[in-house]
Amino acid sequence: MSEMNQLETPEVESKPKKRHMGIKTQRVISNTIIHILLVIMSVVWLVPFVCIVLQSFRVESTWQVGYIVPQKWGFDNYIALTKTDFFTWYLNTFIIAVFTALFQTIVVLCMSYTLSRFRFRGRKGLMRFMLIIGMFPGMLSMIILYRILADLHLTQGNAVPGLILVYVASSGMGYYVSKGFFDTIPKSLDEAARVDGATRMQVLFKIILPLAKPIVIYTILTAFMAPWADFVFARYISMNTSQGMNVAVGLYSWLNKDQIAGKYTTFCAGGVLVAIPVTVLFMFLQKYYVSGVTGGAVKG
Amino acid sequence: MTKYTELEYLKLSKWRKFLYKIACFFVGIPGWFVNLFKKIGSAFKDFGISVKDDFVDIFTTFKNGDYKTRLSFVIMGFGSIARGQILRGVLFLLFELVFIVYMIFWGGYWISMLPSLGTQGAIKEYDPIYDTYVTTYYDDSFKILLYGILTIFFIVAFLYTWRLNVKQNAIAEEILKSGKPLKGTKDDLKSLVDEQFHKTLLALPLTGILVFTVMPMIFMILVAFTNYSGEFDGKNNLFSWVGLENFNQMLGWSAGGVNYAATFGEVLAWTLIWAFFATFTNYFLGMLVAMMINKKGIRLKKVWRTILIVTIAVPQFISLLYVSKMFAQDGLVNGMLLDWGWIDKALPFWTDSTWARVMVIVINIWIGIPYLMLIATGILMNIPQDLYESAKIDGANAFQQYTKITLPYMLFVTGPYLLTSFISNMNNFNVIYLLTGGAPTNAAALSPGGSLGYTDLLITWLFKIAINDSKFYMASVIGILVFIVVSVISLIVYSLLPSTRNEEDFQ
Repeated sequence: MSEMNQLETPEVESKPKKRHMGIKTQRVISNTIIHILLVIMSVVWLVPFVCIVLQSFRVESTWQVGYIVPQKWGFDNYIALTKTDFFTWYLNTFIIAVFTALFQTIVVLCMSYTLSRFRFRGRKGLMRFMLIIGMFPGMLSMIILYRILADLHLTQGNAVPGLILVYVASSGMGYYVSKGFFDTIPKSLDEAARVDGATRMQVLFKIILPLAKPIVIYTILTAFMAPWADFVFARYISMNTSQGMNVAVGLYSWLNKDQIAGKYTTFCAGGVLVAIPVTVLFMFLQKYYVSGVTGGAVKG
Repeated sequence: MTKYTELEYLKLSKWRKFLYKIACFFVGIPGWFVNLFKKIGSAFKDFGISVKDDFVDIFTTFKNGDYKTRLSFVIMGFGSIARGQILRGVLFLLFELVFIVYMIFWGGYWISMLPSLGTQGAIKEYDPIYDTYVTTYYDDSFKILLYGILTIFFIVAFLYTWRLNVKQNAIAEEILKSGKPLKGTKDDLKSLVDEQFHKTLLALPLTGILVFTVMPMIFMILVAFTNYSGEFDGKNNLFSWVGLENFNQMLGWSAGGVNYAATFGEVLAWTLIWAFFATFTNYFLGMLVAMMINKKGIRLKKVWRTILIVTIAVPQFISLLYVSKMFAQDGLVNGMLLDWGWIDKALPFWTDSTWARVMVIVINIWIGIPYLMLIATGILMNIPQDLYESAKIDGANAFQQYTKITLPYMLFVTGPYLLTSFISNMNNFNVIYLLTGGAPTNAAALSPGGSLGYTDLLITWLFKIAINDSKFYMASVIGILVFIVVSVISLIVYSLLPSTRNEEDFQ
């Protein structure tokens, strides 16, 4: 996290408006106001998460209440989780996340490296074509993808491999961020290696990949996190079969009108268990995430 | 409209410049369309010429070629095998065999059924032996459409390969005539990791995109011209082409019959309003937060940043669902406010249309600011420091520095990002669906399926029609209309943006 310090921006200092008030006093006042604002913001941003954690330990009632701190504490909700399919969903999601992270990274790197480094016929056209099909709402494809996966027997109880297949297969479209990264690696490196007799493949594996570590980690991280949150497609593919659900779909079903009264605090407990590993991983790798997000926005 | 020369234009004030640019855009629209048609026309002409050239080329190859080449016209790869390029030849030949077998046994049927999408549906018949009703399945329109598209893909691929095969022969003959040796199988394999490495790298990703993105897209576009809905699946299995009937209903361009045009307009308007607010509130507030955290003299910068970043890590479905329940009628917020005696009865966060619309925008700010904070921090860091220093010497105050330096720089750098984020907000399914599910219900609106709510975007409306009511044809119509709206907006914005940088500049 020490890298965060590098992100400091040039400070925008305010010029004194009234001469009789010293620059220093003015700065102290404005900084105090900002500090107060930041504290308020932090509270607003954190309250929902604190609430989830606290409510997951609440014993006295399983439905919403009008106060935050539980009257009776206990692990009842976590114990209740073991009596549900929650850990099946958890394992499903974990498997999906691991495989997706692995294969999606390979696909995205192939795609972005090629589009960044090679100049072949139809390259511009290909990129324009992918930009255009990206504008078409992907939600519609769900219907037909479901039928195709059903023909392959990869839906409902078998949804896990089906979901991996679809996530990985369509991931080539998201090459923008890492292409932007490869674009910044000087081409002269490639050319020098080619002059020395390296093949294109050797250039990729021996020269570019070692330099691309930040973007590889960024791709793995985002690919790993996405399946934990995918909800729409996963729900459609698993079609109410508990065996094939991921955590998002399973937990969502607990907030139905007929389940919410008995499952609300259990939902909070499940949410905590889902959020912990993802958040911890994210905190460790956040500097890569930050550089990826920033680079992606600048290069458009 | 008066046209300014470049010099006159530079003399204009900033506001006039902007107005002039917009005016130019609208004046330019007819010319733009003329250009577009010209371009399409010339594209057709170019295509025609290249097809003609291709045919001439094929013909001369046949006329001038030896028997190996000529035989290759029928038996693909024959020439390559005969000349010692075994691998290429075998692949060509194999492809041809697979194609012929496929077309005879399956492809022919699918193609022949495409125009009618099937004639004989499933039949339920009484079986006297087992004393039950047995369903016999015949044509299945869904499969006909799906495999019909695949077969057309396959035919195009075959024609392309056949042309490649002919070209290969011509090239091989020429090389042999000039006395050089041909590339053998070993060289072919070697080039796949060298000169042709991009083909190796792209093969898998592009196959995935073709099968799982492009093909479903074509299928769904075609569905908009049929009457395919969920009721056909597993029952009658037959649906048929209906032409533009669905578009007719959605846009109401012919009198009489069902007409959803008013509803569509309403939802589209809200979608655009939502996308506008969601994009720009996040953008400016995120920038503000970034500037606040990065201001000199602010302590614990790392802590503030980390707190915001943590919220990115927590999966959205947890945070959004939780927040949605917090503001429910019997939720935490209402409960606490009632307990404290600040209100007499629960606030209608999700039950009143205006409340709900404001709430989704506010909660979207809560979701979006951390991302924008990250992005803005990275960009602010890149603004040259001396700009601010000279501005200070000239006596600019903080607000002036912001409007004259920070904002123009940010807008210039993030122009394309703003566009993409506007578009992704138009299609922001998660926030709306998890927060409100579209509620409160808009009972007055006429919808082909699902219950339409006041916070429903086009994308969630589409989802409800497709998933809750299985009216796939109407969902497809909306999907196509969304696509048109999005591409029109992108075109307009791109033509207004300062010229995008050349991608070679980075390298």
